Amino acid sequence: MASRKAPKNRDSGNKYSVLLPTYNERENLPLIVWLLVKYFGESGYNYEIIVIDDGSPDGTLEVAEQLQKIYGEDKIVLRPRAKKLGLGTAYIHGMKHATGNFVIIMDADLSHHPKFIPEFIEKQKEGDYDLVSGTRYRGNGGVYGWDLRRKLISRGANFLAQVLLRPGASDLTGSFRLYKKKVLESLVGRCVSKGYVFQMEMIVRARQLNYTIGEVPISFVDRVYGESKLGGNEIVSYAKGLLTLFATT
Amino acid sequence: MTKLLQWLFGVAVVLAVWALVSFDLLDLSLPRPYREAAWPMPLYLLVSLGCYSLATVGYRVATFNDCEEAAKELQEQIKEAREDLRKKGLKM
Ligand SMILES: Nc1nc2c(ncn2[C@@H]2O[C@H](COP(=O)(O)OP(=O)(O)OP(=O)(O)O)[C@@H](O)[C@H]2O)c(=O)[nH]1
Ligand SMILES: [Mg+2]
Repeated sequence: MASRKAPKNRDSGNKYSVLLPTYNERENLPLIVWLLVKYFGESGYNYEIIVIDDGSPDGTLEVAEQLQKIYGEDKIVLRPRAKKLGLGTAYIHGMKHATGNFVIIMDADLSHHPKFIPEFIEKQKEGDYDLVSGTRYRGNGGVYGWDLRRKLISRGANFLAQVLLRPGASDLTGSFRLYKKKVLESLVGRCVSKGYVFQMEMIVRARQLNYTIGEVPISFVDRVYGESKLGGNEIVSYAKGLLTLFATT
Repeated sequence: MTKLLQWLFGVAVVLAVWALVSFDLLDLSLPRPYREAAWPMPLYLLVSLGCYSLATVGYRVATFNDCEEAAKELQEQIKEAREDLRKKGLKM
């Protein structure tokens, strides 16, 4: 067993609740859970994984139940909802059931690798940050599987947001973050946006409320399995959301 | 103050200074060359802001890391995970 280093972090009194919203992630869920268990096991932090499935037709919930049997009900917590109600409310729903004093939000599609979580946690401790955000745009951060067009849109959109909003964080639309639970609670209640803009609003509000933000470079690997659910007129809704934040915050 | 107001305030200040100098609104009797230099300034400013933006975005696109290693590592871990999960009795 690889628990030699474990006691050091286990007794810290901190607990980390990972929120995993899923919609049609039958392929990905077991893999992400396996990776989470691996890296939390190695680093020894106390944790729980909260799966919020929105009635996925592909049977994600059934797979989640199997995982719960394998890893235990204290580690895998299921908080399903009957139908697809969106990502923003999924976070709120999951957060209500979180028992940790820290909450980690990430996608379940393997774009966000659990190996970064110990880095998030160390970063948080380093400056007692209220939130730690993963960033694709700094240091060793980056992406995999993006063509030039997507890189251009991403960089352009981010530059525009940086100029207009000056948010004090380099990755506004990323959704791989660690929050103090109290901070997340106070932020989520104030945010009204949907989709990508929701993540951006969280950072902007955090700055307004003078919360401190730490950053950790992450590599973002495009989903291997399953289909993208956000899409279509992403750019239009992004622009609208950005302008709304520009005019109101 | 919202970001929009901050921007409007900034733009208003720049425009006011520009108008004061190029039209000599305060009757400071500034020398002509000053006024002539000030007159096309807003245009220069816009153009250089545009160039700066294009250059910055271009540079950032060009230096956007491609995480080949991370993708490879993930693929291997997926294989390992599959095997281990099967052993633990997961039916996929
Ligand atoms: N519970 C719940 N989860 C959702 C919903 N929509 C998306 N998700 C999950 O939220 C995470 C992010 O969604 P993605 O579809 O990956 O969005 P994206 O990362 O912008 O797009 P791609 O990675 O290109 O597909 C994934 O884990 C999804 O399964 C929803 O309505 N309810
Ligand atoms: Mg994704």
